[in-house]
Amino acid sequence: MNRPVLVLAFVAGFLIASCGSKPDPNTYREGSIADVSGFLSAVTSDSASHEAAGYVFNGLVRYDRNLKLEGDLARSWDVSPDGLRITFHLREGVKWHDGAPFTADDVLFTYKKMIDPKTPTPYGEDFKQVKSVESPDPRTVVVTYEKTFAPALASWGMHILPKHLLEKYDDIAKSPLNREHPVGTGPYRFVEWKSGSKVVFEANPDYYEGKPGIPRVIVRVIPDQATQFLELKSGGLDFMTLTPLQYARQTDTVDFRKKFNRYRYPSMGYTYLGLNLSNPIFSDRRIRQAIATAIDRKQIIQGVLFGLGQEATGPYLPGTWVYNPDVKRFPYDPAKSKAMLAEAGWKDADGDGVLEKDGKKFAFTVLTNAGNESRAKVAAIIQQNLAAVGVKMEIRTLEWAAFINDFVDKKKFDALILGWSITPDPDQFDIWSSTKTGPKELNHVGFKNAEVDRLLEAGRRTFDQAARKKAYDRIQEILAEEQPLVFLYVPEALPAVQVRFKGIEPAPAGISWNFIKWRIKEGAEGKSALTH
Amino acid sequence: MANVTGANSLFLDTARRLSRNRLAVAGGAVILVLAVVSVFPTFFSGADPSRIDTANMLASPSSVHPLGTDKLGRDVLSRMIHGAHISLQVGFISMGIATAIGLLMGLCAGYYGGWADAVISRFIDVMLCFPSFFLILSVIAFLGPSIVNIMVVIGLTGWMGVARLVRAETLSLKERDFVAAARAQGAGDGRIIFRHILPNALAPVLVSATLGVAGAILVESGLSFLGIGVQPPTPSWGNILTAGKDNIESAWWLSLYPGLAILVTVLGYNLLGEGIQEAVDPRLKAR
Amino acid sequence: MLRYILRRVLLMPVMLLGISVISFGVMHLAPGGPVSLASDLNPKVTAEARARLNAYYGLDKPLHVQYVNWLSRVGRFDFGDSFAPDGRKVWHKIRERIPVTLSINLLSEAIIFLVAVPLGLYAALRRGSFFDRASTVGVFVGFAMPGFWLALLLMILFGVKLGWLPISGLVSLEYDSLSFAGKMGDRARHLVLPVFVGAFSGLAGLSRFMRSNMLETIRQDYIATARAKGLSERVVLWRHAMRNALLPVITILGLSVPGLLGGSVIMESIFAIPGLGQLFFQGVMSRDYPLILAELVLTAFLTLLGNLLADVGYAVADPRIRTGN
Repeated sequence: MNRPVLVLAFVAGFLIASCGSKPDPNTYREGSIADVSGFLSAVTSDSASHEAAGYVFNGLVRYDRNLKLEGDLARSWDVSPDGLRITFHLREGVKWHDGAPFTADDVLFTYKKMIDPKTPTPYGEDFKQVKSVESPDPRTVVVTYEKTFAPALASWGMHILPKHLLEKYDDIAKSPLNREHPVGTGPYRFVEWKSGSKVVFEANPDYYEGKPGIPRVIVRVIPDQATQFLELKSGGLDFMTLTPLQYARQTDTVDFRKKFNRYRYPSMGYTYLGLNLSNPIFSDRRIRQAIATAIDRKQIIQGVLFGLGQEATGPYLPGTWVYNPDVKRFPYDPAKSKAMLAEAGWKDADGDGVLEKDGKKFAFTVLTNAGNESRAKVAAIIQQNLAAVGVKMEIRTLEWAAFINDFVDKKKFDALILGWSITPDPDQFDIWSSTKTGPKELNHVGFKNAEVDRLLEAGRRTFDQAARKKAYDRIQEILAEEQPLVFLYVPEALPAVQVRFKGIEPAPAGISWNFIKWRIKEGAEGKSALTH
Repeated sequence: MANVTGANSLFLDTARRLSRNRLAVAGGAVILVLAVVSVFPTFFSGADPSRIDTANMLASPSSVHPLGTDKLGRDVLSRMIHGAHISLQVGFISMGIATAIGLLMGLCAGYYGGWADAVISRFIDVMLCFPSFFLILSVIAFLGPSIVNIMVVIGLTGWMGVARLVRAETLSLKERDFVAAARAQGAGDGRIIFRHILPNALAPVLVSATLGVAGAILVESGLSFLGIGVQPPTPSWGNILTAGKDNIESAWWLSLYPGLAILVTVLGYNLLGEGIQEAVDPRLKAR
Repeated sequence: MLRYILRRVLLMPVMLLGISVISFGVMHLAPGGPVSLASDLNPKVTAEARARLNAYYGLDKPLHVQYVNWLSRVGRFDFGDSFAPDGRKVWHKIRERIPVTLSINLLSEAIIFLVAVPLGLYAALRRGSFFDRASTVGVFVGFAMPGFWLALLLMILFGVKLGWLPISGLVSLEYDSLSFAGKMGDRARHLVLPVFVGAFSGLAGLSRFMRSNMLETIRQDYIATARAKGLSERVVLWRHAMRNALLPVITILGLSVPGLLGGSVIMESIFAIPGLGQLFFQGVMSRDYPLILAELVLTAFLTLLGNLLADVGYAVADPRIRTGN
């Protein structure tokens, strides 16, 4: 009976003794919750894939540290005085990873693929506004639009595809470049992709901005947050995005800070409570304002984000050029909220704690997606806030696909808690235009405002930033006044990076904007910087 | 009727043998306590399980909050007690559904034989070919993770064992003398099935039902881990444990108590089930 | 015996049809096309684009047309392309993950077998002893402990606190640069925790089955006869009882096939193991119909085969069935 025990002990001893190899200090290992689904960002829509593609590909333009557009594969560009024509001057001497030169033909090819119905891309809309794309010479691309279209410039951040490798494929999503071996112009060359476990890149010595400082990048797929955090602490990862809880309560230790630098900056998105405006209760603006007044955003930011976020006052990121801080706000005031509701005719006549009007109780259901802990917590807090002013809110959680397909797209909801990501270009026509309120369209709360419609049109028809700012400032004022969405908060991105990586400069764009300039600390190279 | 007194003394016999099995008694005691607590959650929990207190988040156990508070400052003890209500409800109702279907299928197949048996048996075989968690996952994801859906789906994917048991039992029972006697007296199929066969086939069903409750509680916790179990803010042991798993090291009370609760409960049901099985198995009497 | 096996084989097509109907039915419980897994709405992903994706994937056709199309393709072993943005052949996605899941689960199963069978037999022989009770509680604790919780506790202890074992994944990132022995060691080290957790939770079933089986066997007449013949207790137990108690294990092995292929969604998520379970879960969450269907059908089909083999094996091994009794 003892022999198996001995064998077990022996095996255990062997396993522990044969301690694994030391991690290579020249490799940057980042954790990702999800696997990459493909490398051609034209045909993927998940952030894991877009981040991986960012190592390999470039667009004509990109966002700089301050989220302003700058040239990438295009050295510079001119906009014609009428705003209808953009001329891109392409960079000289850029090569694809296989050695072929990058030319205007690649740009033309990319455009053709973006408007090709055979390409399953969700981003074709911006390119349909284009009237023509021409290249007078291999270093110049001229794009002409029917109407001035300001967001167009940003749309040329779309990764440029190598024509010589892709032209034989009808559907680029099914090409080996998407699934097996991407070839781009970017700072890193693809090495291997082990589905569900890791993607490996190595520095491109011929990159047009010079060879990146970190020789090797590995993206490790670790689906569980808790596992990822344990890997980080035990030295198996150099980078992960912390949860607010991890940032606030689990990493503020001497030990952790010795190994990792933590950063925080506003993330590009906001969370909101959306009210269905076709519901008679919510069509009354006073009610929406009363609800906004009843919600304690500070408590939400404290409870959900451990204080690591800020109040959202509109659909733009605080601190960016388009953000308008001088809009109407609805500070938390339950007494005032009650008064506002009473003014709108809602009173608690039968004394059960829930308001009534014309014999109907003020009760509704809020929907949110399953498995999102923050949104579940937001819902719980709002539920308690609203109960305090006599509004009964039920919470219903749905699995994401069903939530979007069956409820949001079909507008079968009273209210919902969701997040919008914020794009650096301020055009939000699809979200706020009264022409976008149909089923499956993005103005799912059904917001209709003639002045906003006019301003949205004005904002996208000029390249003049001052003129655009004026339009979007006013839009923010109206949205704040109307509260079609109760804007809740902008969370912070909370990355942690191993201390051996130097050259990180936090900026409005985050930390990864200058990733190719990061380098490994002197002395850490060549020998292990990690000890257990 | 002689049959009834026979069953009665069999029951007493069984109870006596069961009470001598210390593990089963311990399991039964745990279950009893939990059952009482979970039926009257509001009576046993002092604090409101959904009262949010952001000034008091992740407080360690103290006299005010004996099991500490969670990430929204809610009292863990009262969430555990209300969670017991939900978790046991999931366990019992899904077990009930599975047992009902299993009984029906098993009785039909065993009693009528022939085509009914062939069809039902093949259906059972087909269902057993699927990894049940795969089926549960797909259905919950498609229909949404409501408590009702969870209970129904666990039930719908868990009846095959019972059906096989009951079928085998029915096959042997229907050949017995008392069934033949009943039939000779002109009793109809329904009467024979429900008066004569069912009561005698109940013992193995009881055992598998006990194990079914335990299994369902575990399945719910697994679903919660994947984010599609009982949804917060409704507390279940599974989702309390899942919410606590991210800070096992810094707030141990968030995962330890729900983890232990699941462990002890499932253990209790298994030990009791085992005990019943040994106690009712007449073939073991000889020893 | 041949007739018995022939009957089972002839039933296979019927069973397969049943499997296909159930799989397809489960799949179409809820309407809706494939969606991105990201849970923020992105204003750049427009409605027309989503509609186009649906048409592209053929989701706008009526259900029965979809079923017939699908069935005829599956008959030719063509499971179609995944709805995921990678659009790869479903069969390729599954194929590359079968070895991972199968090897881990086979290892766990082997350990379960090696531990549970002696445990059950011994407990039966010492029925009511301290060993019997302790092993009962022990195996049930393994079963009753939520697996992901146990996994995390072990990861913290062995991975973070002691630093003895890797936390997640199948191999180290430096795997390719290791020597052959190093590679074996590296793989083994990564397998310890997942295999242990899997085996610990599965001990209860088999060991309890063995125990009750053995208890039943030693009460049989022929055991009494063997004893009466004056054979030593040792010979009686080992030669006669054990063999008969072990026979039904073949059936159990057949039934454990679905578990081998699909029982590990949670373990694969927590240990970041790219196996079939994780693939299935991601497929379910993103409504990747071809993938879900293929996995359901394939696992069910393999189970069917497993059961058939078990039946045949049982028939061969059991003299009572062999002689046509």
